Amino acid sequence: MTNLVIAEHDNAQLKGATLNTVAAAAKIGGDVHVLVAGSGAQAVAEQAAQIAGVSKVLLADAPQLADGLAENLAEQVLAVAKDYSHILFPSTASGKNVAPRVAAKLDVAQVSDIIAVDAPDTFQRPIYAGNAIATVQSADPVKVLTVRTTGFDAVAAQGGSAAVESVAAVADSGLSSFVGREVAKSDRPELTAAKIVVSGGRGMGSAENFKILDPLADKLGAALGASRAAVDAGYAPNDWQVGQTGKIVAPQLYVAIGISGAIQHLAGMKDSKVIVAINKDAEAPIFGVADYGLVADLFQAVPELVSAL
Amino acid sequence: MKVLVPVKRVVDYNVKVRVKSDQSGVDIANVKMSMNPFDEIAVEEATRLKEKGAATEVVAVSCGVAQCQETLRTAMAIGADRGALVQTDAELQPLAVAKLLKALVDKEQPQLVILGKQAIDDDANQTGQMLAALLGWPQATFASKLEVSGDSATVTREVDGGLETITLKLPAIVTTDLRLNEPRYVTLPNIMKAKKKQLDNYTPADLGVDVAPRLKTLKVTEPPARSAGVMVPDVATLVEKLKNEAKVI
Repeated sequence: MTNLVIAEHDNAQLKGATLNTVAAAAKIGGDVHVLVAGSGAQAVAEQAAQIAGVSKVLLADAPQLADGLAENLAEQVLAVAKDYSHILFPSTASGKNVAPRVAAKLDVAQVSDIIAVDAPDTFQRPIYAGNAIATVQSADPVKVLTVRTTGFDAVAAQGGSAAVESVAAVADSGLSSFVGREVAKSDRPELTAAKIVVSGGRGMGSAENFKILDPLADKLGAALGASRAAVDAGYAPNDWQVGQTGKIVAPQLYVAIGISGAIQHLAGMKDSKVIVAINKDAEAPIFGVADYGLVADLFQAVPELVSAL
Repeated sequence: MKVLVPVKRVVDYNVKVRVKSDQSGVDIANVKMSMNPFDEIAVEEATRLKEKGAATEVVAVSCGVAQCQETLRTAMAIGADRGALVQTDAELQPLAVAKLLKALVDKEQPQLVILGKQAIDDDANQTGQMLAALLGWPQATFASKLEVSGDSATVTREVDGGLETITLKLPAIVTTDLRLNEPRYVTLPNIMKAKKKQLDNYTPADLGVDVAPRLKTLKVTEPPARSAGVMVPDVATLVEKLKNEAKVI
């Protein structure tokens, strides 16, 4: 049994989601190899070789792999797939984009968003926005999986000493091309990796008001998040969205401010260790999952909280 | 240009589902069913393409039980010209649906297939990508903006950390994200008109597709419940509890 983990990276830096995915591969058992497909990504391959528990790194380096286009990346994975019993992608925008393409070409089912490994062929995954957990068994010869990163603790980024092996890059499919990228700038910790997340909802009232969360996030060293309502209202950028259709987070502390707690939002944060809710509506569903609830006007409570910290 | 839009009948997103006590699945008997919200966005986008003159015909398709006809009628009330149902009572997993859709694409020869990014019941997020793979077509998933010109489509996608834009050679597959558009309300006259539109029926056997499930669901359980929390009277108590009781700050 050998597992192939598809590395998530930006051609310069390996992304943390890769470490959680390696952790899932280690739970399955057997050797863990990592595929780094990119352009000028030698440094990423070297970082991948350091990951604890990884025994080999495959590096496919070519310009047509620079932007993670699904058509090229899927072909690259398929080019090396025959040696593996399990192919694991992090359940990120990129992993979700490419994994099903690989599975369909291999004519196997894919198991999405696994949160636990019960056996090498049996996995747990949430369905219905996290309102139920399904345990599924795959009879396919190759298991293609996407791994919900918050379901597995990251392995150590250091301590490994895997060999880096270059593999031939696949040709450009010519079917799609990359035009450009608009990256939302942030000095704060990455939302999915942060230990503390402070999130605002529709109750914030405006994009201007959303800024009152800044000093709180600064004091706590927290990432900022938002509910879908806040994002749709234009109060916060869409990559801050926590929920079934946004990011799934599981920090040590999640502070929900002015968020009612719709099912779609709860699906994205209810695995947080400690949840704090501040809302002026005592009936808000968010209080049903909060460890500590405070019924108060957020425009008074948040500044008070900042000065009390 | 013909556009194909697959739609799925799912438990309405407002329904809080309950797990069956024998752990065989969730209880969906007698609960309200609706069109998957992402698919509504897909139908709306296809209809807008037609209104702009970029598309000539919009065909809605669905796979599943006989009641999926209602979902197709809704799609036709939004703006689809006709519908096709692949009827079966069998459990359909994404790979099987992708194969059924491929057979329909081979029949209908659309230039564009617009799907929802995921269904809110199985949360798989696979079918569009699988269909693209089976057809050997390019794909743009999680689309928040779509422009079609000539033989290519330019799509802005929602990715981690922001947005990215790609161009695809047609024919192509696009899956919708929430922000692509705001689906219109269906009006009564349009519901009446939709009843008269053509709806073809197929079975998986007609299309020569084996839909046997590849994944076996061993059990479905409730997620672990969170223990009941406490309400605190003021900010000072909250900070004290976080520091000394929860020890998270």
